[in-house]
Amino acid sequence: MNPLAVIGRTTLGFFAEAGRLGLFAGHAVYSIFVPPFYFRLLLRQLISVGYFSLPVVGLTAVFTGAVLAQQIYIGTGRFNAESTVPTIVVFGITRELGPVLAGLMVAGRVSAAMAAELGTMRVTEQIDALITLATNPFNYLIVPRVLAATLMMPLLVLVSDVIGVMGGYLVSTQVLGFNEGTYLQNTVDFLEASDVISGLIKAAVFGFVLSIMGCYHGFKSGGGAQGVGRATTNAVVSASILILATNYVMTSVIFTS
Amino acid sequence: MDTPKLSLRQVSKKFGSTVVLDGLDLDIAAGESFVVIGGSGTGKSVMLKCVLGIIQPDSGAILVDGEDITHLKGRDRQAVLRRFGMLFQGSALFDSLPVWHNVAFGLISAQGMNRRDAKAIAIETLAKVGLGEKVGELAPSELSGGMQKRAALARAIATSPEIIFFDEPTTGLDPIMADVIDRLIVERVRDLGATALSITHDMASARTIADRIGMLYQGKIIWSGPVSEIDRSGNDYVDQFINGKADGPISMDVKVS
Repeated sequence: MNPLAVIGRTTLGFFAEAGRLGLFAGHAVYSIFVPPFYFRLLLRQLISVGYFSLPVVGLTAVFTGAVLAQQIYIGTGRFNAESTVPTIVVFGITRELGPVLAGLMVAGRVSAAMAAELGTMRVTEQIDALITLATNPFNYLIVPRVLAATLMMPLLVLVSDVIGVMGGYLVSTQVLGFNEGTYLQNTVDFLEASDVISGLIKAAVFGFVLSIMGCYHGFKSGGGAQGVGRATTNAVVSASILILATNYVMTSVIFTS
Repeated sequence: MDTPKLSLRQVSKKFGSTVVLDGLDLDIAAGESFVVIGGSGTGKSVMLKCVLGIIQPDSGAILVDGEDITHLKGRDRQAVLRRFGMLFQGSALFDSLPVWHNVAFGLISAQGMNRRDAKAIAIETLAKVGLGEKVGELAPSELSGGMQKRAALARAIATSPEIIFFDEPTTGLDPIMADVIDRLIVERVRDLGATALSITHDMASARTIADRIGMLYQGKIIWSGPVSEIDRSGNDYVDQFINGKADGPISMDVKVS
């Protein structure tokens, strides 16, 4: 086997896949603005993505805030700066850990579900049936999912921010001996609106990314049950990697400009 | 001669190096029931999907009432698809919707009919295929294979289409249920005055449904004629197929030990 041919084939395959994904995402965005609009389906997806993700996002946030407070307390204790714990907790949660961890958890839950559902529809010819019933599958299947994830992720992250800070507050005041009033004062004093807003912007982008990956892999699925399984795995893995990559890019753009 | 309701002119389709349709020509008159027979993997389903625009043919033309629909996209394609009905091999009922909504789907989604009126038509159509009102409230997964086929038939005819496709309508059914489905197809198509194109490898089904039969082999219709002439076609390929003989001009790549 010629190694150069393998590298060439892999590279071409990567760019071809990236191109297909780009076209799919572009088609999805275009379809958002083109009727018909399926508000009933959008509402169902808003509930599925938003309301039913609350437990997993909330639990992730409370434990992350708690462990963050403990680690910062130990770290800052080495140079007698324990008083910065509230500031660093709220800073870390709102800017990075809230959106990223919520994005990863929702990717695991929602991207997988979207890929599995659409993949099953694909292999059982339900998507073909939609087309023969003169219904655009992008309007009917993709737009409600992408819109719901993009709209609900900022709300989920807002909840995650509050719960995460609360996790840090509980550990700091109940275990580490911080004064409750002082902790809250330090949390609020050094928090800026841009810290929260940047996290919410990230969350909306992550919502778009994770839903597109779920829909793309499900929609293009083939090869029976095995193909649906592969689509589900690919959706979660690619959504997670893209969330981390876009997080770096957005952090660079938002916080260095 | 009157303009055929549906015509395929020199339609070709390849997947990689595999030629599936090779300059296929076919004319079906208005109100006629044409059945295409042929072995598994001979391109029967691909032919239907090319007509419906789910697969784009590499070359050739597809005409409905003399109008070229081969390259139609978007709303123009949807306008044409409203004139079609399709019964899928695996029924392809939407498992997230109750049976009545599956049947009413084309009326609600594609024609914009309100749900109450569409449901009334769906219940009426279900009755025409021998399914009661209570069945309409069930999920597709709660139905037997035969009931799913009948529900799918109801969905295919609910919008009163001009042209109806039946993809292996009796596959997976016992002989009695297969005959029930065949008779329902004949009755409902006659009621609507629709043009029907069916694909099957079930000769009993073909003899019941068809006015004319054509045999697809190596991407072409190699014989076509009235159903009454199939037993004296004078074509060795047709004779081998309808008599189900292993020996003959159609060779299977199977090694029998």
